[in-house]
Amino acid sequence: MSRTLRTAYIVLVLALLAAPLLVVAGVSINEQQSLRFPPEGLSLRWYGELFRTPDWLGALTNSLVIAAVSSLLAVIVALPLALHVWARQGWLSRGLYMLGVAPFMLPPVISALGFLVFWVSVGMYGQMTATIVSHGIFLVTLPVVTITLGLQSVDLSLIEAARTMGANRGKVLRTVILPLIFPYMVSGYAFAFVLSLNEYIIAYMVAGFTVETLPIKIFNSLRYGYTPIMGVVSVLFVALAALVFGLIGRFGNLPRLLGAERVDT
Amino acid sequence: MSGNRRTVTPAWLAALPAGWLAVFFVIPFAIMLAVSVAHRVPGGFFEMGFELDSYRRFLSPFFGGILLTSVLISAAAAVICVTLALPFTLFLSRLRRRGQTLVLVILLSILSLSEVIVGFSLSTLLSKTAGVGNFFVWLGLLEESRSYTPSLFALMTGMCYLALPYSVLVLYPPVSRLDPELGEAARMMGASPWRAFRTVTAPLLRLPLFGALILVFVFTLGVYLLPQVLGQPQHWTLSVHITDQAVFQSNLPFAAAMAVLLLLVSLAMVGLTLLLGRDKGAEA
Amino acid sequence: MTELSLRGLTKRFGNHTAVDDVTLDVPDGSFICLLGPSGCGKTTLLRLLAGLEEPTAGEVSVAGQDQTNVPPEKREFGMVFQSLALFPHLSVADNVAYPLSIRGRPRAESRKRADELLAQVQLAGMGDRRIHQLSGGQRQRVAIARGLAIEPKVFLLDEPLSALDANLREQMQVELRQLQQRLGVTTVVVTHDQKEALTMADIVIVMDKGRVQQVGAPMEVYRDPANAFVAGFIGTSNLLPCELTDASSLTLSGQRLALDPADRVKCSPGQPAVLSVRPEDTRLGPAGEGLEARVVFIRDLGESTQFVLDHDGTEITALYAPDARSDLKVDDRVGLGFVPGKRVVLPA
Repeated sequence: MSRTLRTAYIVLVLALLAAPLLVVAGVSINEQQSLRFPPEGLSLRWYGELFRTPDWLGALTNSLVIAAVSSLLAVIVALPLALHVWARQGWLSRGLYMLGVAPFMLPPVISALGFLVFWVSVGMYGQMTATIVSHGIFLVTLPVVTITLGLQSVDLSLIEAARTMGANRGKVLRTVILPLIFPYMVSGYAFAFVLSLNEYIIAYMVAGFTVETLPIKIFNSLRYGYTPIMGVVSVLFVALAALVFGLIGRFGNLPRLLGAERVDT
Repeated sequence: MSGNRRTVTPAWLAALPAGWLAVFFVIPFAIMLAVSVAHRVPGGFFEMGFELDSYRRFLSPFFGGILLTSVLISAAAAVICVTLALPFTLFLSRLRRRGQTLVLVILLSILSLSEVIVGFSLSTLLSKTAGVGNFFVWLGLLEESRSYTPSLFALMTGMCYLALPYSVLVLYPPVSRLDPELGEAARMMGASPWRAFRTVTAPLLRLPLFGALILVFVFTLGVYLLPQVLGQPQHWTLSVHITDQAVFQSNLPFAAAMAVLLLLVSLAMVGLTLLLGRDKGAEA
Repeated sequence: MTELSLRGLTKRFGNHTAVDDVTLDVPDGSFICLLGPSGCGKTTLLRLLAGLEEPTAGEVSVAGQDQTNVPPEKREFGMVFQSLALFPHLSVADNVAYPLSIRGRPRAESRKRADELLAQVQLAGMGDRRIHQLSGGQRQRVAIARGLAIEPKVFLLDEPLSALDANLREQMQVELRQLQQRLGVTTVVVTHDQKEALTMADIVIVMDKGRVQQVGAPMEVYRDPANAFVAGFIGTSNLLPCELTDASSLTLSGQRLALDPADRVKCSPGQPAVLSVRPEDTRLGPAGEGLEARVVFIRDLGESTQFVLDHDGTEITALYAPDARSDLKVDDRVGLGFVPGKRVVLPA
């Protein structure tokens, strides 16, 4: 009895979580410019409209550029931080780690307001650079956590072995540690990328009126006129997130990445 | 000596991330703190100075009510989500790795979804023309489709939708570290599955559960968009008002003062979990 | 009287058969060791007995009563887990008293019984300690005391001593055996350590690939293995391919070898066969007598000397008392023989 019941509960919860997304997927294939479910007349025209309508296309481009660059920035900052914290103990090390983890743990509204007053003060309010740097800071936590996990799984005897074979510290880093933690860097980048794409409040507060990202565009449309393109974007975002996390799950150990220690294969 | 064999980067390299985070994370917070005590210039931004007007303004019944609303909504969402997430996570951790990975992929995909998209999806699901109303009519439960949004029910649904995947992921590490043989040992000694849960699993998970409640509470405190999309104006939380004051009322000092208060509440909560975690570490 | 009885017990996980059609009768009060290499299905078999896994087919019964669909908490068994599964949130005494408190016994009575049990396993006065304050051997004893608290019908132990170091393990083997004899409880222990099995068991059950290979008393399994797997797994055996010409002789490397009536023959003439001989029953004579062999390596083990030989590409081991064959050195040619009456011919 119990195994069936357990699976049933998991499936039920997942089904409830999936329900709104299914409705949105249905809405996205409406023939007419209206939100109807079940859809009236099936058509993929709104998927084409996303790429043909200049302001939606512009928002898409903005989102992709911001996500790609800010995630890279996050990984570049996270890597030396994680390496330092991993190798050294003491309050400096702990403080640095806290600093790396804090941006993502606090309610994002607070960080968003902090970024807003900062960019206003330095006169860069409303510029895409401001959005990119802010996202890079906000999301730095994700590569910090994944790279730290990766470093914790490095067998220390490998480092010692490399040292006995003549590798100095720099070479140990390049030939042993970086190759071993590279998958964790990639997953950190991927997590940050997906979350940057979906992030709203920081992008909105820092440059919402000049640099429109897709979530900002959707929210504006939510206020000023519905269009099935909103459904299209939602579907594409869900699909992209599922693809990215699916790839991580396929080629990496997702349960371990999320903190599980014992998992039967 | 023990730390040395891991040292592969020179110490000065840490200055790079430290400096970067100091400039773009610590300084913004410092400025925000300064702005919260600055003088508001109506129609413009603000003038640096020191006054507690913005904090004083918060001490009104109106904003007291908002804080209470925020706390109640978040607390309710946290309790509901952790209650639903605990059995989910326990069952999840019993699956084979392949099954776990699949479920985690789905949860992460939903968790990473923009609040905007979640708000839009749920308002569609609960709407008159494209929502569950149509489904109930088709089932014959309703004569005519109706809308379920905006309402407190819609808002709570949205809050839980956002926070449930988060709750599962917060509970996942401690639950998956639990030795399954502990539960089996209780069964062998005559405890029914429920009794085994109550006498073994639950006591061992007491601290992680409390920690999860607080983390989910802080997480939902930060929700700023769903109250506007799914709730009525009286359900607007502190986060909504911060955005509103900052962007639409152009009252940055007041927004900053509210953000500082929210920050203090969040930090106190997170500090509490850290403290509890330390006690547990000392005992183990 | 038969206490524990298994009939055609089978467990499949997907298309992997972990336990394959096991039928067994375990006499009341006996000490059974399930012995086999890792992955042979012994732990799964124990979990089927415990009710922690549901069998794909077959049944388990105790004293004639079918237990197959009885959940673990209703079986009145005791069990010691590989990880010990001691509850970290309870004290030592509360761990031992747990099964009693589950059954609603009064607190004071449970505590008294727990203290008695702790005294039995040499932990008197340790009841108020926390689990993490105990050493590995002490935890072991707590787990055993807890498993025996309700005077179980059957006591199950899954690799209970594997976490201990060699000396302590040997000491605990003796203690566990003495405790079991004193209490007379039917006990089933899973182990991959053949010495452990031979030390403790009344009956050894050798398993491989989910199947029972042999059931017997320790010396019986050692002296009279049922097949080549058992001969190779229990102790060391020299295994030589041979051909059984008739009931009283075999051909080995082209030489005829007459069998003694005391030798054990487990296959019929014409079948592919192997000759199995223990190292201590292997004799080295002058070259030209018996089979041709060459000394490859000499290993002094203190209480004995081991000779590793090469016979026609097959590695053979012979065991002698120290200094008994100080005449031999590496690369010497010798004649290889086997003690009559100690030879076993098994199906290949």
